Amino acid sequence: MTFSPDLEARFEKLVASYPEGRTRSAVIPMLMYAQDELGAVTPELVAEVAKRCKVPPIQVEEVIGYYSMLHRKPQGKYHVQVCTNISCLLVGGEELYHHASKKLGIGHKQTTADGIFSLEEVECMGACSWAPAVEIDYTFHHHVTPEKLDQLLDGLKKPQ
Amino acid sequence: MMTATPTEVTTVTLSINGQSVTAPAGTLLIEVCKKLGTEVPAFCYYEGFSLQAACRMCLVEIEKFPKLQASCTIPVSEGMVVRTESPAVVAARKDMLEFLLSNHPLDCPVCDKGGECELQDMTFRYGAGESRFTEIKVHTPEKQWSPVVFYDAPRCILCYRCVRVCDEGLGVGALGIQYRGVGAEIIPNMGDHLNCDECGACIDICPVGALTSGAYRYKTRPWEMNHVGTVCTHCSNGCKTTLGVRTDEIIRGNNRDSSGINGEFLCGKGRYAFDFNKHEDRLTSPLIRKDGQLVEVSWSEALKAVATKFSETQAAGGSFGVIGGVHSTNEENYFLQKFARQGLKTANLDHQRTGDVPALLDALSGKSDVLATTDDLYNTAAALVIGSDLAQQHPFLAYQLRANGRHHNARVYTVTPGKVREADYAAASLTYGSTSELFGKLDELRDRLKAEPELVILFSDAIKGADVAKLVAYGDSLGITVKYVALVDYSNSRGALDMGLLPTLGPGYHAAPVNGLAAPDMLAAGLDVLWVVGADSGKGNAKFTVVQDMFLTPTAAAADIVLPSASAYEKSGTVTNVCGQVQKLKPAVRTMGTKPDLEIMGLIAREMGLNLGIWTHDHVLTEIRSGVAGYNVPLPIIQTGGAAQAQPVNGRVPLDGRPELVQSAQDTLFTSGTLGRYSKALTSVIEYPGKLYSDNQ
Repeated sequence: MTFSPDLEARFEKLVASYPEGRTRSAVIPMLMYAQDELGAVTPELVAEVAKRCKVPPIQVEEVIGYYSMLHRKPQGKYHVQVCTNISCLLVGGEELYHHASKKLGIGHKQTTADGIFSLEEVECMGACSWAPAVEIDYTFHHHVTPEKLDQLLDGLKKPQ
Repeated sequence: MMTATPTEVTTVTLSINGQSVTAPAGTLLIEVCKKLGTEVPAFCYYEGFSLQAACRMCLVEIEKFPKLQASCTIPVSEGMVVRTESPAVVAARKDMLEFLLSNHPLDCPVCDKGGECELQDMTFRYGAGESRFTEIKVHTPEKQWSPVVFYDAPRCILCYRCVRVCDEGLGVGALGIQYRGVGAEIIPNMGDHLNCDECGACIDICPVGALTSGAYRYKTRPWEMNHVGTVCTHCSNGCKTTLGVRTDEIIRGNNRDSSGINGEFLCGKGRYAFDFNKHEDRLTSPLIRKDGQLVEVSWSEALKAVATKFSETQAAGGSFGVIGGVHSTNEENYFLQKFARQGLKTANLDHQRTGDVPALLDALSGKSDVLATTDDLYNTAAALVIGSDLAQQHPFLAYQLRANGRHHNARVYTVTPGKVREADYAAASLTYGSTSELFGKLDELRDRLKAEPELVILFSDAIKGADVAKLVAYGDSLGITVKYVALVDYSNSRGALDMGLLPTLGPGYHAAPVNGLAAPDMLAAGLDVLWVVGADSGKGNAKFTVVQDMFLTPTAAAADIVLPSASAYEKSGTVTNVCGQVQKLKPAVRTMGTKPDLEIMGLIAREMGLNLGIWTHDHVLTEIRSGVAGYNVPLPIIQTGGAAQAQPVNGRVPLDGRPELVQSAQDTLFTSGTLGRYSKALTSVIEYPGKLYSDNQ
C-alpha cells in the first residue's frame, strides 16, 4: 500500500523520530494522518501500519478500538464534533448538540445522505475556557451558539 | 521481575504493618509483602510478565502518599511506611471487587472455573456481601475462537494476563483488547478466530472463567477430579503435565501447580493431546494372524504364541531383530535390550534415531559439566540454536530462551534453514540454504560469540556424525564456557539412546559385546523374527513380526501377532528428556485389555522360561541406577516429581559411523508421530499440520 508523496515523507519522518525498537509509538499518528487521506481506517491500512511500525496487526486493532477519533467507516466531508461534557453542558452544549442533530437530520456518529456532514457527540476536548465548544475537523470554534453554528454549517455547505 | 537490576545491590529498610523489613532497593512492594507472608491480593500482577496495574486490587496505604498506591508497580524505598490492612485499604478492596462484579454474570454454579477461581476466592476473602449496582448487567454471547479456545466476555475482568502470556511468554501475540470501559473485551488476531500456537496458556493463566478450554468445558467440577502429575508423552522436552482424571477418563491437562522443570508452561500437546488415550481405535485385545486375518485372541494365547515362536526360532538358530520405541520408559527400553542381548542372543537392536547424542558425548570426552539443562537455557548469558525451528519443535526450550531474553537480556543467535520465531528478539538470526553452508554461517558469528561470557549450543540433526566433533571444536575455539544440547524428537528418545537401544552400543554408551544390524538393515535382511515395541518402523522383509503398540499402525497391521500396549499415561517408569533430565511417570488411567510394555515383555520372558530378573519398574530402575553409567539419580528427587540430571559417560564412545540414520521427524506444534494422528485435539485445529520455518508472527 502506498500513500501520497507528502504522507510518505511524513511517515518516514515519523518512524525516524522514535528510538530503535519503539516504532510502535508511531501507530496513532500514522493512523490519524492516513485516515485523513483515505477517509477511513481500512483493513489494508491496519496491515500496512502494523508492518511499518513492526507490531502485530492486533495491536493496531486495539488502538483503533480504543480511540474514538479513528473510524472504520468514512465520515462526512466535514466532521462536526460537539462537546457535551460538564463545562460545555452548563452553558448549553447539550442544546447545541440537539440543535445540530435536528438541523442536519442525523444523530451521533451518523452522516448526511449527501455525505457532506457527519456528527459526533464527543467527550471533553480541553476547550472548557471557551465553552461551549465545537470542533469541525481540526478547527475549534469557541462560545458557539445555535445561531453561530447555523452560520458555520451554512457557510460550509455552500459550494466553494 | 521486570525491574532493572542495579549494578550494585543496595538494600533498603521499610516498615510493613509495623514490621521492619529489609529488601533490595528496586524490589516491587508486592513482592516484599509476599516474602514477608503478608498477602496483598492482585489479579493483573503476574511474576515474570510486564507490569499492568490494571486491576487495582493491590492498593496499599503508604505514608506521605496522598492516595492509595498499587503495590505491584511501586519499588520499595528507604523508610517507607506501608499498611496493607488499614480501613482505607480494606474499603478500597471491597470497592474494587464491587466494580469487577458489576457486570460479572456470577454464573459460578456452571462455570468451569468455579472452585478454583481467583475472583471467587478474593470475593470470599475481601469482598462485600452486597452490591450497590442495580443496573441490568451488560451481557454478550460466548464466542468460540478455535476448537480449543472459548471466550466468555462478561466473565472477563480485563487483567491482560492472557494478552501478556501470549505476546511476551510465547512470542505469538495473538490476543488484544478492544474498545473501552464496559465494552472492552479480549479479541483474537483473526477477527473472529485465532491463528496461533493453540497452546492454551491464555486459558490456564486466566484468573476467572473467561477463557475456557474446548477439551474441558462443562465436563466436571474441579474438585471431582483426581490430579495426577506425570510427564507429557509427546516431544522430548519432558514437561510435567497434571492430568485431571474423573471416572478413569483424562479430561484436562495443565500444570497449575507450576511444579516440575516447565513451571506452568505447556504447549498444545501437553494440554490437549492426551485424547489419543481414549481414541476409539485403541487396541484392547491381542491379535493373531489366522488365515491371513488378524483376529482377537486372549492374552494367554497371544503370549504363548509369541513365546513359542521366539523359542522355536532360537532353537532352530534363526535370526532376530528388535526395534524399540521412543516413547517407552527407560525401564522398558533397558529390559528390551536385555531381553534381546541376553534372552534372544541377538545384537540386532535399534530405534528411531533423531539426534546424534553418541557423537556429542564422544566429542565431549574429557570435559565435565558441558551438557546443558533446561534451567541453563533460562540462565545462560547467550545461546546458539542450530538447525531447529525451536518454537515449533521444542516449544519449552524456546519458552525458556525467550524468558531468558526477557528477564536477563540473554542474547540468542540462530542459524537455521529458514525464518524462526526467535528472530524477533535474537541478537543475530542467520539462514542457510543447505547444511554445507552451515559452518560458514557459524564462522560469521565467531567474533560475536567470542565476546560472550558463556554459551549454550543447541543443535538438531543438521549436525551429526563427524560434524558434531567439528561443532565441538568450534565451541572450543571460542575460548568461553560452552554447554551443549543435542536435540532429539520424542519423549524418551534420549532414554532409548542412554539405555542402549543401538546395534553397537549398550546401556550407558558402552560398546556392545557384539555389533548387530541397524534398523533399515534389519528390515532388508529378511530376519526370521522381527519384534517391534512401540514403533512404526515397517516390517520390511521379516518372515514373522510381533508388534506391541497402542494402535493398529501400518507396521502392526502387517504383523503376525499384535499385543496392545498401555500408553505413557497408564504406566509407571522413568523417561529422560532432551537435556538428560530423568523424571517419573505416574499412571493416571487404565484402558481395559492393554498392558504396559514392560509387563508384556516380562510375561513373554516367563513363558519362554528366561530369567531376566523381576519385571516391575522399581526393580528395573534399581538395576539401571546401579548398572547404567550416569543413571545413579537420587530417588527422592524423582519420586517427588522432580527432575534429576543423568550424568552420562565421560569418555570415548565407539560410533557406528552411520550418521545418515539420524533423522529428525520434523514434527511441528501440531504433529506428534503416531500419537498425534490419533489426537483429535491436534488434528482439529486450523493450524494443523503446521509448517516449520514459516513463522509469520
